[in-house]
Amino acid sequence: MAMRIVAETARLMGAPRLIPIESAHIDGALYHGDSGTLFAEKLVAGGAKTAVRATLNVGAIDLTGCSRNRLPAHEHGMAKRMMTAYQQLGCEATWTCAPYQAGHRPRLGSQVAWGESNAVAFCNSVLGARTNRYGDFLDIACAIAGRAPDYGLHRTENRRATVVFDVSQVDAAFLFSDLAWPVLGNLYGRLIGNAIGVITGLSFRPWEDILKAFGATAASAGSVGLFHVAGATPEAPDAATALQNIPPADHIIVTNQMVRDAQSRLSTADRADRVDAVAIGSPHLSLEEFDTLRRLLNNRTLSVPLYACTGRHVLKVLERDGHRQSLESSGVVIVADTCVVVTPILPEKPGAILMTNSGKFAHYAPSNTGYSVLFGSMAECVESAVAGHPVFGVQTW
Amino acid sequence: MVTVQAEVLLRGPAAQANALALTAPISFWGGVDPKSGLIADPRHPEHGRDISGKLLLIPQTIGSSSAAAILLELVRAKRAPAVLALHEPDAILLLGLIVAKEMGYETPIALRLDRRWFGELDGRLVSVSDDGSISI
Repeated sequence: MAMRIVAETARLMGAPRLIPIESAHIDGALYHGDSGTLFAEKLVAGGAKTAVRATLNVGAIDLTGCSRNRLPAHEHGMAKRMMTAYQQLGCEATWTCAPYQAGHRPRLGSQVAWGESNAVAFCNSVLGARTNRYGDFLDIACAIAGRAPDYGLHRTENRRATVVFDVSQVDAAFLFSDLAWPVLGNLYGRLIGNAIGVITGLSFRPWEDILKAFGATAASAGSVGLFHVAGATPEAPDAATALQNIPPADHIIVTNQMVRDAQSRLSTADRADRVDAVAIGSPHLSLEEFDTLRRLLNNRTLSVPLYACTGRHVLKVLERDGHRQSLESSGVVIVADTCVVVTPILPEKPGAILMTNSGKFAHYAPSNTGYSVLFGSMAECVESAVAGHPVFGVQTW
Repeated sequence: MVTVQAEVLLRGPAAQANALALTAPISFWGGVDPKSGLIADPRHPEHGRDISGKLLLIPQTIGSSSAAAILLELVRAKRAPAVLALHEPDAILLLGLIVAKEMGYETPIALRLDRRWFGELDGRLVSVSDDGSISI
């Protein structure tokens, strides 16, 4: 059945053949309705097993018990059955949207089948492995078949940048801040859509967590599956290489005004006098980001809950080092295996306001949670959670 | 009688249906309610329209990779369109039908049809045969 699904997709997309893959990242174990659970259980009943390493993206339930959700009994039961079925198929219970920080890092040039938009963008762009944007059902089908249709981003000629995204005119101090990258990602996603761009004009080498934030925001604002950063990402030692020595179709010069506009677009509740909750961790927080959170929090007590979403790979270390307890006693709610925009964790509260430093949460929270959104830096998020009202200007540029 | 020949992307039964042309790209996840078949995105121009049992004319799909899960859920609930016609094939959405077939559900036919026909078909009662010809 898995091979039939892969072959039928190949036919539909005009792929001439299937290619072997080395690994998969499975986004299909998030519950959207009973049929997804029944599909996974049908694969289990047929004796299917993954042929390659397959990590799991978030599910609808925090199996670690760190956080609680408000799913009705039937949905909760079916979501849990779904998560169990995917593990029975041989997938690893990683339950994270940052598998690349949980030890799953395919090598440069390897062929893989990854799902979840931020994971796809990171895998292609930062690791230089090759994947299309795999959706529900096809991701697990490829993992079981060990093969994927050969088209799109699997092929070298389709990985060429056609647009230059030049940030040399943007304030240098701003570019060096954590605030800049979701903002640039939003701008990039909206302007470039599903084309491939190369970012030029940076005077430093961007670190992993800001590339993660950039890719996640770009992939939620547009259909970005691959971006290049000249001098930083593996297929772009320089812009000309990323362009495969062909002149770009478009050259976007980013101005400070464009950046300010993009930043204000990320908020939907501009003149808020209070904050009801703060959420960080989309994509899931790394250990380094938790270090930053603890440093900014500095043992103070929060006025409103701060939801910190992460994977169990990070939770394990937090528990080992005694940080989970100290964070929770400050008022931080650690959310593992899932996150606050894919399952109902935030309390139902009409007119409520959520503050976040995540461009992806900012994109999905209004429609998925009913909360309106204030976007700010990690420092501004922490200060606002302590004060209970928005505090801006903590980290200025 | 006018007949338009569309390309069959995925086989399914012939149908008589009212055509509904979407005038903006749609994201099935978050854009269509999987239980009712109503267009749920308040920013979509066809917000509130029912896609169940229709010849649904789709100019472009956008957004989440979970579109297939929503389409599969619609098929299972018997709230799917009777015919899907896409301007361009989209693996993420059509996987919902490929999987529905594997699950033994009765699945609609999917066609590729240039969007220049959409305006003419919109709102009309049409007959779609299993070879992809559409007759008004």
